[in-house]
Amino acid sequence: MATVRVRIPALLYSYTGGAKLIEVEAESAGGAIGALDSKFPGLAFRVIDEQNQIRPHINIFLGEENIRDLDTPITGASEIFIVGALSGG
Amino acid sequence: MTQPVAPTGANAWILGTRKGAWAMKSNGRSLEEPWFFGAQVHHVVQDVRGTGTILAAVRTGHLGPTIYRSEDSGRTWKESERPPKFRTKEEYETSAFAAAFDRDDARRQGLTVDHVFFLAPGHATQPGVWWAGTSPIGLFKSEDDGVTWHGVEGFNDNPALAKWSYNFAPGTPDGQKCHSVQVDPVDPNRLLVGLSGGGLFLSPDQGRSWRPINAGVAMDFAPPKEDGSEYEYGHDPHDAVIHPANPRRWYHQNHCGIYRLDWNDDSTEQRWKRIGCNMPREIGDIGFPMTCHPRNADTIWVVPMDGGTVWPRTSIEGRPAVFRSRDGGESWQRLDRGLPSRAWHTVLRQAMAHNGCASLELVFGTTSGEVWGSRDEGDSWQSLVTGLPKIMSVTSARLD
Repeated sequence: MATVRVRIPALLYSYTGGAKLIEVEAESAGGAIGALDSKFPGLAFRVIDEQNQIRPHINIFLGEENIRDLDTPITGASEIFIVGALSGG
Repeated sequence: MTQPVAPTGANAWILGTRKGAWAMKSNGRSLEEPWFFGAQVHHVVQDVRGTGTILAAVRTGHLGPTIYRSEDSGRTWKESERPPKFRTKEEYETSAFAAAFDRDDARRQGLTVDHVFFLAPGHATQPGVWWAGTSPIGLFKSEDDGVTWHGVEGFNDNPALAKWSYNFAPGTPDGQKCHSVQVDPVDPNRLLVGLSGGGLFLSPDQGRSWRPINAGVAMDFAPPKEDGSEYEYGHDPHDAVIHPANPRRWYHQNHCGIYRLDWNDDSTEQRWKRIGCNMPREIGDIGFPMTCHPRNADTIWVVPMDGGTVWPRTSIEGRPAVFRSRDGGESWQRLDRGLPSRAWHTVLRQAMAHNGCASLELVFGTTSGEVWGSRDEGDSWQSLVTGLPKIMSVTSARLD
């Protein structure tokens, strides 16, 4: 397990009570979102659909890498950014 | 006709819009502060069975769909613990029932709920039961007053659903819809749903089995069948109702006309009659919403729209009007007093409602954010609100 700092977008403040930075323990990007959901129930389904895919207009960065694979492993201290995608307009 | 029966003592209208929901007290024109500001609110419905629970179908441009609940007239909201979601493709790959699916059935690839479109409280004898229709087409049920939702297996897992629904193909302009979930007020086992596109489907057993019920309905967007027979499914109902005062009478506004069905126990086939043929020829019978008088099964209202050429879906010739029938659709009366002489309104299927009161009030909302109301059953109309975002639904509620 690695300690991950997750930066929360304003889109999800209603779940985190306004908290912008949350620390969780996880081995993968998906694990980090799951850990967030344990703290803030309902959050995961708003960003990951029932087919376990990141929603089309959500980006998840692990460091500077925009990942789409939730199995992407996390090694060492890391930072995840959940952001609303720029979708045109 | 998203709400055949209004909550007793309704004193407010709830306007679901592209950018949030607003409550508007019936006795004035003032709006409360918005709920879910910035989010797409497809439907907000209050339980008519006494609890007063309000459910709201919500999503945002970025975040996925969910349902919120309020037990205090909208002052506070809690998210459903398990919103509607389809089975995973892995479940379909390993399930025995999916062996009956065609190889190219879209469910094998995994469907994702884009938005919850329609909410309906269950039968009066089934407190806590709610139904939800989604886009892509799916039907979901809650048995705990909207806290958790589960797919209706007899519908969502029905092998025939792929052929009924054009294999879940995205429709225009905002995706396919499962809508008009109607529970027979006399028989709690009977459910009617509308699929755009797909047609109307009836279940005699609370959703375990289904059959198409589209006989008599036109399908002008498909070529005639070579054998001259009717299409059994594939139609495009926009708005349907089992009349609350006479459950043997059904109405629906279709992509191809306005229809009435009087249930006939002596016949093996129930057949829709195109009552839109009685509309003025220059108006036609295309539209989205239909509203029925809650106590008089012969009185209905529709909002005709331009379904010509490229389907602008706006007021015909830019002259807004509601049409009313007081004889079950055998004749129609144009109602445009108070409405603008020139305007190009679009009124979506869920954006017209009555409040159920003894002195019946009607309200409709437009995609241009205008709200119009009538206190004389449509004889005249008043502008109630302007400047809202695109209005996607109008319902009535009792807010304490």
